[in-house]
Amino acid sequence: MADGTIAAPRAPDFAGQRANSLQRFSRRRSTIAFLMTLPLLAVVVGLIAYPAAYGIYLSLLNRRMTEFAGLLNYEILFDSDTFWNVAWQSCIFAITAVLAKALIGFWLAHMLHDIPAKGQRKWRGMLLIPWVIPPALSTLGWWWMFDPTYSSINYVLSIFAIPAVSWLGEPNWARTAVIIVNVWYGAPFFMIMYLAALKSVPEQLYEAAAIDGASSWQRLRFVTLPMMANIISITVLFSLIVTFANYDIVRVLTNGGPRDLTHVFASYAFQVGILSGNIPRGAAVSLFMLPLLAICAFFVLRGVTRRNKEQM
Amino acid sequence: MAQVSLRKLVKAYEGGVQAVKGIDLEIADHEFVVLVGPSGCGKSTTLRMIAGLEEITSGDIAIGGTLVNDIPPRDRDIAMVFQNYALYPHMSVFDNMAFGLTLRKFPKAEIKRRVDEAARILDIGMLLDRKPKALSGGQRQRVAMGRAIVRDPKVFLFDEPLSNLDAKLRVQMRTEIKKVHQTVKTTTVYVTHDQIEAMTLADRVVVMNHGVIEQVGAPQELYHHPATRFVAGFIGSPAMNFSPARLEGDAHALRVVLPNGTALPVPSHRAARYAPFVGRPILVGLRPEHLTDKKPTDKRNIADFPAIPEVIEPMGMETLVHFWMDGHEISARLDPTCPVSVGVPIVLAADMDQMHIIDPATDKVL
Repeated sequence: MADGTIAAPRAPDFAGQRANSLQRFSRRRSTIAFLMTLPLLAVVVGLIAYPAAYGIYLSLLNRRMTEFAGLLNYEILFDSDTFWNVAWQSCIFAITAVLAKALIGFWLAHMLHDIPAKGQRKWRGMLLIPWVIPPALSTLGWWWMFDPTYSSINYVLSIFAIPAVSWLGEPNWARTAVIIVNVWYGAPFFMIMYLAALKSVPEQLYEAAAIDGASSWQRLRFVTLPMMANIISITVLFSLIVTFANYDIVRVLTNGGPRDLTHVFASYAFQVGILSGNIPRGAAVSLFMLPLLAICAFFVLRGVTRRNKEQM
Repeated sequence: MAQVSLRKLVKAYEGGVQAVKGIDLEIADHEFVVLVGPSGCGKSTTLRMIAGLEEITSGDIAIGGTLVNDIPPRDRDIAMVFQNYALYPHMSVFDNMAFGLTLRKFPKAEIKRRVDEAARILDIGMLLDRKPKALSGGQRQRVAMGRAIVRDPKVFLFDEPLSNLDAKLRVQMRTEIKKVHQTVKTTTVYVTHDQIEAMTLADRVVVMNHGVIEQVGAPQELYHHPATRFVAGFIGSPAMNFSPARLEGDAHALRVVLPNGTALPVPSHRAARYAPFVGRPILVGLRPEHLTDKKPTDKRNIADFPAIPEVIEPMGMETLVHFWMDGHEISARLDPTCPVSVGVPIVLAADMDQMHIIDPATDKVL
């Protein structure tokens, strides 16, 4: 009797406590934040995490995708001269193209920055055109310009008595052609990012440096570049990732030829995986980019975080 | 020797707007000159032309006897402190201060000696390893001054350096700047819109308005003997009271008659000066501190000034009383113990020895 009277009021207490803690949990800021980020998380998981995990899984299967093959695809790739040629070619392509894009973008941004605002808008719009045209379409235009029979570039060269170049037939020229088109397409992105960064450097820093005795080169070296370091690092990293994974330009311009000498990871992965029907090996090729870019991203982002902490 | 000479200096922008309209100014070696005036008066443009950051439309600038019109800023041997400090955010305090010397290829030991010395003067020795981000506004201001001091230039240029600081820190830094100038004695040109800063810091104040110099003089001279209505109104806080009036009487007994009929006797020693203006409309100017409550005094030319207070502002050390006379606001500074109430008539004491009479046709003080 006594137990019952004691136990009776306890039962609703437990229920009340549970309801309270559930209410508290649902009202916690972290819970609300989690719920609000759920749609984004779903997108990230659905479009990034799942395909990446599936890609890794695929790369571990045999050609028919019927059995687990372990690291066999990677071992075969490591023994293949073509694969190492593609790896080397991808690195040369990405690094050269990104450097050229960064330098040309920086130069264009400086030129634009010095033009008065009214004329600047017009030039900015014109210089952005390569970046807004779909690359497959513009690359087709370049393909015509490089065409061995009708090459307009060779025609211009012939005016200056320079012999015709076999743009897409000779491996080194084909590589150069791919890089030229990639730079033409990507430099405006660097230009617009650097222009925004240049505009954010306070004018008084340049004035202070001028009074401190800095020449225009020293102002660039000691004021502009350090102030733009974060934007430069992030755009280079971003562009490196995109350029490494570039597919359309190589596909339209050279299709990896001549003799597979202009393939990059993405176009080679497509050729091995889709055209040759070996999807697991194609997945292994494309996954090879991951560790390279992860190391790059780690160092670049670490630098950005450090500078942010110090300066912002 | 670092005199600064401005001769017929003009700055015109596209569209013909003249920011500076042919000013002449001689600044002596070791002198602290403050350019003061309202926004858009041309004071900052003048300073920037001295620095070489702004091109000169016409006229000449000489520093230490050398014409610098076409010499770039870095070769003028000047140092400048900016309103927003303009410290390099990616450099430490030491590197910020040493930057100018590093570019000029000074030996490392000499750079360190100079930076340490400047840090000692400014009391920022413990901040040398920090980045500007980690400093307070006042500390950043000191670093900006340190960057100027280490250069040991011919001329210091200050462009509203205290505007970004809060009121308390501004007063403190004002004292610091004066102390630094007394220590290093470099010729200084200082721009501000704050007349109190100008009065407290300057050996000579240059009051500018609409691109021309209204008056140049020592702070006390500007305060007691303003040349124009603008200077009379700009220097002093609260500002000088102005009221339209008429001069009546003859050379022996002149009176200033206010719109409300109040007649204020003009001191006899000024009568001859004002006699030609008898019967003509004039402006009378009297500072609030010269319109006070009546108290025993040995001053001779004190006149009764009846008023009905409309706003009373007790400040602690004094009480400001405001009233309107024919649409013109008049302020008086009263002793805080003086009993005063809104709407209750009071008779104030006007110190007529401190009064100014202005010709409204020319805005010149007579």
